[in-house]
Amino acid sequence: MEILVCVRRVPDTAENEIRLNSAGNDIERGDLVYSVNEWDNYAVEEALQIVARIGGKVTVVTVGGEEDEEVLRREMAMGANQGVLIADEALNGSDGKGIATVLRAFVQQGHYELILTGVQAEDGGAQVGGMLAATLDYPFASLVNSIEVLPGGKLKISREIAGGNKEMNEIDLPCVLSIQTGINEPRYVGMRGIRQVAGLEIPTFTASALGVDVGTVGVAAARVKRTDYFVPALGKGAEMLQGSSEEIIEKLVALMKAKGGLN
Amino acid sequence: MAPIFAYIEHHGGVADDSATELLAAARKIDANASPIAIVAGYGPEFDAVCTTACASYDEVWKVANQSLAYPNAELVRKALVQVLPKGCLLLVPHDHFGIDLSPGLSVKLNAAFVSDVMGVEGTEGANLKLVRQEFGGQVSAHVRCDVSSGAIFNLRPGAFKPIEAVPANGRLVDKSSEVGTLVGGRRYLETIVAEAGDVDITKEPLLVSVGRGIQDKDNIALAEDLAKALGAAVSCSRPVVDAKWLPKSRQVGSSGQTVKPKVYLACGISGSFQHLAGIKGSPLIVAINKNPKAPIFQVADVGIVADILEFLPELTNKIREAKGASV
Amino acid sequence: MVGGIQSPALANYGSIPGQVLFSIIALLGIACFTYIVMRRLTPLLRGERDFRFDRPLIRLGRLAQYWLGQWKHPRYRFAGVLHVLIFAGFLILATRAFALLVLGISGHFIVPGFSGMAGQMYEAIKDYAATIVFSCMVVAAVRRIVVKPARYAVPAKYGKGHGADAIFLLALIAVLMASESLFKASESALQAQQRGGVEFLAVLSLPWMLKNLLSETSTAALWNVYRGAYLLDVLTFYFLLCYRPFGIQFHVETSLFNVYFAKLDRGTVKPVRWGVSDEQLDQVKSFGVKKFEDFTWKHMLDFYSCADCGRCSDQCPANAAGRLLSPRFLTIKARDYAFRHYPMLGGPGNGNPLIGGIYSEDEIWSCTTCGACEEECPLLIEYIDKIVDLRRGLVDDGYVPKSIQKALKALESRGNPYGKMEKKRTDWAKAQEFQETCDVKTLNGTNGAGTLYFVDSITSFDDRMQAIARSTARILDHVGEPFGILGGAEKDSGHDVRRFGEETLFMALRDHNVEAIKASGVQRIVTADPHAYNALKHDYKDVPPVEHISQVIAREVRAGKLALAPVENPDNVYAYHDPCYLGRHNQVYDDPRNVLDAVPGLKRVEMKRCRDRSFCCGGGGLMLFYEPQETERMGVKRVRMAAEAGANVIVTACPFCMTNIEDAIKVTGMEGKMTAIDLAELVDQQIARPPSVQMEIRQENAMA
Repeated sequence: MEILVCVRRVPDTAENEIRLNSAGNDIERGDLVYSVNEWDNYAVEEALQIVARIGGKVTVVTVGGEEDEEVLRREMAMGANQGVLIADEALNGSDGKGIATVLRAFVQQGHYELILTGVQAEDGGAQVGGMLAATLDYPFASLVNSIEVLPGGKLKISREIAGGNKEMNEIDLPCVLSIQTGINEPRYVGMRGIRQVAGLEIPTFTASALGVDVGTVGVAAARVKRTDYFVPALGKGAEMLQGSSEEIIEKLVALMKAKGGLN
Repeated sequence: MAPIFAYIEHHGGVADDSATELLAAARKIDANASPIAIVAGYGPEFDAVCTTACASYDEVWKVANQSLAYPNAELVRKALVQVLPKGCLLLVPHDHFGIDLSPGLSVKLNAAFVSDVMGVEGTEGANLKLVRQEFGGQVSAHVRCDVSSGAIFNLRPGAFKPIEAVPANGRLVDKSSEVGTLVGGRRYLETIVAEAGDVDITKEPLLVSVGRGIQDKDNIALAEDLAKALGAAVSCSRPVVDAKWLPKSRQVGSSGQTVKPKVYLACGISGSFQHLAGIKGSPLIVAINKNPKAPIFQVADVGIVADILEFLPELTNKIREAKGASV
Repeated sequence: MVGGIQSPALANYGSIPGQVLFSIIALLGIACFTYIVMRRLTPLLRGERDFRFDRPLIRLGRLAQYWLGQWKHPRYRFAGVLHVLIFAGFLILATRAFALLVLGISGHFIVPGFSGMAGQMYEAIKDYAATIVFSCMVVAAVRRIVVKPARYAVPAKYGKGHGADAIFLLALIAVLMASESLFKASESALQAQQRGGVEFLAVLSLPWMLKNLLSETSTAALWNVYRGAYLLDVLTFYFLLCYRPFGIQFHVETSLFNVYFAKLDRGTVKPVRWGVSDEQLDQVKSFGVKKFEDFTWKHMLDFYSCADCGRCSDQCPANAAGRLLSPRFLTIKARDYAFRHYPMLGGPGNGNPLIGGIYSEDEIWSCTTCGACEEECPLLIEYIDKIVDLRRGLVDDGYVPKSIQKALKALESRGNPYGKMEKKRTDWAKAQEFQETCDVKTLNGTNGAGTLYFVDSITSFDDRMQAIARSTARILDHVGEPFGILGGAEKDSGHDVRRFGEETLFMALRDHNVEAIKASGVQRIVTADPHAYNALKHDYKDVPPVEHISQVIAREVRAGKLALAPVENPDNVYAYHDPCYLGRHNQVYDDPRNVLDAVPGLKRVEMKRCRDRSFCCGGGGLMLFYEPQETERMGVKRVRMAAEAGANVIVTACPFCMTNIEDAIKVTGMEGKMTAIDLAELVDQQIARPPSVQMEIRQENAMA
């Protein structure tokens, strides 16, 4: 099976303290370390496991810049056969729709039977997979936490729904699935693995090379734009609740509600 | 402002709690809005859902179709494309259904899409200013969305407080006839219900986490009662797993699970470094510990010096009372 | 002719002349043995390289100590003494066995130098030797059958017990001793009958007893006994020779080589591939041990050399905690694999993955690399290097537990397993109360400090362990040592990254640190973390000499430069817990104890398992990120041991020990009854300072 996995390079929340910059309009990017988006990594592992079972080829694609080659190499070190970078100044500032548009153009250049994305990105919105499917008119399922290949160009998949329940579906190929964490145990890739694929060539495409009308992507076409970052007001440091237990509970419930943890 | 629609989810003939939250969000977008509820489904229980929706919304569009007996997002999308007017705003809960439905629907309606919206901060011309959280909730972001040719917003459940509104006596409009035969590439088979206790704490927004302060296996029930009242899950620190009071899957920490809740109630947890390493995404950490010197108080947002064996039942009762009052 | 009696070589067995018969037996026996050994050597020839031919004098010295001198054996008193006796007996009897075997072929043979008086003396000595060995067999059999020491037991998951095999071997040796003695006795009896002379036999030896039994026997019958005993002896000898390579008795042949080629350098880890430099490693296709043939020839020899005595697993803390790991079966399973896949007939079947075959992942991750097994093994079998090699194989194939993956990723991007920002590495030194008493410089190569305090990750970032850093800094400050830290330029020492099999990441961390250390311009390094100490001492090259803080304190106390105040609560009883990487791996046992004993009024006891038999706390480094399947935590066992020894304060000198022991105190519910303190913290408290300074420090410690 020919599988395409769409991945992204993001600042890893486990290894960064995301702070606002001094201007207060963006996050402090100087000290950030980046890695492949966690969900995407599960998607690549799943693709590799499917190929290990039934044969095929795994291609990993990302839309970004030169610095994003790093995540492609990591996924290639995991076992992906091919990495592809789509890089174009014209794509800067694209919203989800813009990214889906350019990915669609790339998909149409190949013969992918299955396209995987992560459910969401650390700084994204759980959207590109569904949009890509719609632009291609492929069936789509989100939050997928198991995949079984059936004969006759079909998959049996389960989706993670509320309460830890699983919604079982049958879906026709070609299709787009967004992969949930926990679907598998991604293999470890260290520096050595990355060094071993360091010499492999990563083809790079521009938007126009893919036949994308640059007027439909990029910041000008984006209808959704992030304007700034901020930290919602909520005092830091342990506020010790005093008083009778009634009063304490009252204050506690109010605080939990304010944080959106209690309805 | 374009008309605002709210997609009403329902299960077993009951409208989801989100129905009233969407109404609140619609009013935040436009204080004078009279949002229209849109309900899709089929079967004997379906009419009850429409009736409930009429109690909150002035107008309810009903889409009854045999193919929608189970809310398969692909078929729902195809139905909505046929029913919704161009340029409208659609509000959908950001849950397993909304994530499935909205991105694709936005493409088909040529509408803008913003997911996981936490707040609405007003209009700027043809744009709406929205609030989202990024990086596991460590920071928030303002997002400007051009709604001139319509938009879909997935709203985070719980982010919009239902408003006390005069009960509506909504008009039910049956749009079923506008929807043709629905066929898709994805077919629902069945739902496999999780076994009891099979909880994934890494995905729970609210955790009642117990440590050694719980003292005895039997006292775990105190935490479970509270969790049940709150709609939360029970997690724990390592000593509790070591004592085999809870399964390993419930352990938070560097040798256990990494959790990203919104609220973390640390009950009788001293707060070792290894334990704290398992909590990410800056939740509201509430520490309840009888030892005022417990290190957990240095990292918690809210501290309560109390014996959890006494405090937890009290809190459970209060929560139950509060919930009972609101039903 | 032997003392006038016709040699068995000249006797007839049926119609076959003895000489022919014994020549055939000898030829067959030696041919078989040669064939079997050649087959056994096949995997060794296919194994990986291993450089073991250096430092011959040291190796000979160790051969004298551990092989000839049986140094480790008496650590288990009874079995050890038994083995020393058997070993000595075998050595003595070797000459006799040789002479006897030749006798059957040549008809007349005396080992050069063994005629006359010397020969007579030897005869007596070897008769006693045979007697002792025979008795030892009886005692050993009784131990196996009646006493049944726990360490010999084979858990059901490892198959059937090894008792029957052991007893069969004991019986064979007993038969060998008995037949040899019977031969000697019958010969002596025949001589007495033929010549009436009195043949002297060592009083109360086995031949002496047997001769007394035979004194009434007819000459014809004696003659039959004489010939029969010789035949039995020869057959038993060759049978045993050819049978030994199929089981634990193979160590009789291999031990000499195994001890000679044993690892010489404590605390080190073998390179990924012997003879391949770090720079060339990228060209190596596969890292570590994935299939049997990836083991080095010496490690394969280890498998053959195991005598199944069970001492390793008896000492192994992982085994005691109910983890899946048992060093004994790590070896036995590999040996059985070699036997199965390199059979006596037919070609070798090779290439099967070991993990998922004979080993499980959890088993291989269960080892804390504490070294208790290696310390105990009388045959100097190595375990840590094999575990590390197996882990290298797992890492290379991507099979790393998720919790360890997270830590490794953070180490790669941030230089510490917690994913903390580099600049926060110095936070421990910035606590306000601390800064007022002690200002810690970050070295930049020009601020003139001669000493580097290498803090390492856990002590830098873990809130509790930061107190150890502050105490260490204050001690260095107090003794007037101009010191500084690397600050944000320090990365994790990588000690346990390496021991968890991630060699490439280790090399990156090491190279970074070596460069930073060189740039700092220091002449020596001090650390309070034994893992960092071991890494800097053994894993790093070209860095200044390194000392553990306990060594520094001990030296200052000895020199009278560090005065310690009397202990505050004289009722406290202290027990020192040896961290594995300070004790076993680096032999620092006395310095910490001397420091404790220098505190006036401090009462100190030893736990039953102390010094080179110290019981690991549960493991440090990345072990904190992994929890193998186990029944009881090591730390819990350790805390109980301290309580048994009558202590209520456990002193350790390692932040990982502190983590595990403090956790265990909580788990066992012994809070209030037992406390743990780091040696540096204790010394910091006991330094005789002006009262005002002392007060400030106490307050600060209370805050922490």
